[in-house]
Amino acid sequence: MTAGSQNRISRPVHRKGSRGDGSSGDDKSRWDEVSVSTVVPKMRTEDLRAYFGQAEVLKGISLQIAEKQVTAVIGPSGCGKSTFVRCLNRMHEVVPGARATGQVLLDKQDIYQGDVDAVRVRRRVGMVFQKPNPFPTMSIRDNVLAGLRLNGERPDDPDAIVEKMLQRVALWDEVKDILGRAGTGLSGGQQQRLCIARSLALEPEVLLMDEPCSALDPIATARVEELIHDLRKSYTIVVVTHNMQQAARVANFTAFFYLGKLIEHDRTDVIFTRPKEQRTEDYITGRFG
Amino acid sequence: MISSRYTRRQVSDLVVRSACVLATVLALIPLVSVLYYVTSRGLSGISLSFFSELPKPVGESGGGMANALVGTLKLVFLACLLGIPPGVAAGVYLAEFGHSRFGKWVRFSADVMSGVPSITVGIFVYSLVVLQTKHFSAFAGGIALAVLMLPTVTRTTEELLQLVPESLREAALGLGVPQWRATLRVMLRTAAPGIATGVMLAVARVAGETAPLLFTAFSNPFWSNGLNEPTASLPVNIYNYAVSPYEEWHQKAWAAALVLLLLVLLLNVSARLLVPRSVGAR
Repeated sequence: MTAGSQNRISRPVHRKGSRGDGSSGDDKSRWDEVSVSTVVPKMRTEDLRAYFGQAEVLKGISLQIAEKQVTAVIGPSGCGKSTFVRCLNRMHEVVPGARATGQVLLDKQDIYQGDVDAVRVRRRVGMVFQKPNPFPTMSIRDNVLAGLRLNGERPDDPDAIVEKMLQRVALWDEVKDILGRAGTGLSGGQQQRLCIARSLALEPEVLLMDEPCSALDPIATARVEELIHDLRKSYTIVVVTHNMQQAARVANFTAFFYLGKLIEHDRTDVIFTRPKEQRTEDYITGRFG
Repeated sequence: MISSRYTRRQVSDLVVRSACVLATVLALIPLVSVLYYVTSRGLSGISLSFFSELPKPVGESGGGMANALVGTLKLVFLACLLGIPPGVAAGVYLAEFGHSRFGKWVRFSADVMSGVPSITVGIFVYSLVVLQTKHFSAFAGGIALAVLMLPTVTRTTEELLQLVPESLREAALGLGVPQWRATLRVMLRTAAPGIATGVMLAVARVAGETAPLLFTAFSNPFWSNGLNEPTASLPVNIYNYAVSPYEEWHQKAWAAALVLLLLVLLLNVSARLLVPRSVGAR
């Protein structure tokens, strides 16, 4: 399978403003071409185990994350889905007492190998958090540039970067006249898009989103979901969500986690229509979790 | 039945409320009377010469405390220079790595140190600096005040850093910012206004300390050159003048007390004006 054919995978559910990857009738046949095993992985975990002190939170996760696709990680609270994405850019180890074993491959390089710098990994694998967290001491403009500036870089044309990134997250028209104001003065949804712009300014290859909409109202959620859909063209995205409808709306692939284990990973339409595992079915039909 | 219970609640509400007001008034009495007394007794001693002239020998009228005023500023400045950087650094250490055994030990000793009587610190610096150099000096006084400031500055810095939401550190680390840079440029930067307030309050407190200066900076009726000579300071002068048998000196002590009070007030007010805009503003 070539990279070109992967791009033809379309989303199972279409929204207004989507790219128009073809009609839904067309989708069926295209879906049949792809499966989890045939896509090119951007990242891959092998027997990933994560611990908080003595407690094993992830119990051997082996998962492939398809390049330039949206992968949703779903599961009940405490199943380890947040820990999993935090392992993908080595943010897990930031918590005292936390550690991880196993392999996490980014373009075939194990990011947990001794000589790999965690700080470098995080520049390639960006992260957006549950609660919008713009820097309160910085203006909207400076927040977009924060990643570059805090890393000691002086971009040649900062204004161009600010405009480009804010355009990319569809925030530019709303804030172009108030770039000097505090980022914390924006609404929750705007703050979250600002945080996404801040991550994108570093031009990451992978974007991890840890329940990016759980602190947002439905309208703001819809805008962020639309944004995720647009970003899929250029980035590999992993979205953690406890909202199954959201997974169905935005993701090409869905991984179901339960009690620290990967139960099932497949195309989103398969997971939601004909899951192989009983536990997956029980969860998506609301029988537990 | 219901109305009687309601009446009872109203009565107890009134009783508790009046008790609170009464207690507040009681607490304000010493504060206000100190302010009033010092002002009324000290105001008559304030004149231009108080700020511009050296003390006159006993028997001669006039003279001022210009050297003590400058001495106090000198000592406070020295204390800031020696006390604030290590205090802030220790506070950052505690906030970042305070969970280690060493961190707990540091925090414990900071707490113990903030309870050490100031005269003890004076003796400590006396034996450590004055006895070694064989003379009193502004330098020794500055060290004593810095040692007194250190625990307050450390704990304030730690506490204010812990008020900064952890999500901001995560945001910075998630952007591929090294830990030390995230600490300095995000955490410390966000907490900075609050830390500045805390530091100013610590400075205001040591500015009025007398005991640790008695046998470190000592006193000096003349201008002191540099930091290596005994240095006059307002608190020590207040003490010396107040215990003297001369009425005119008593008057000078009151005036000095008023000036010191205003100085501390100034520091406090400017600290309040710097009140954190960013911490907790989220």
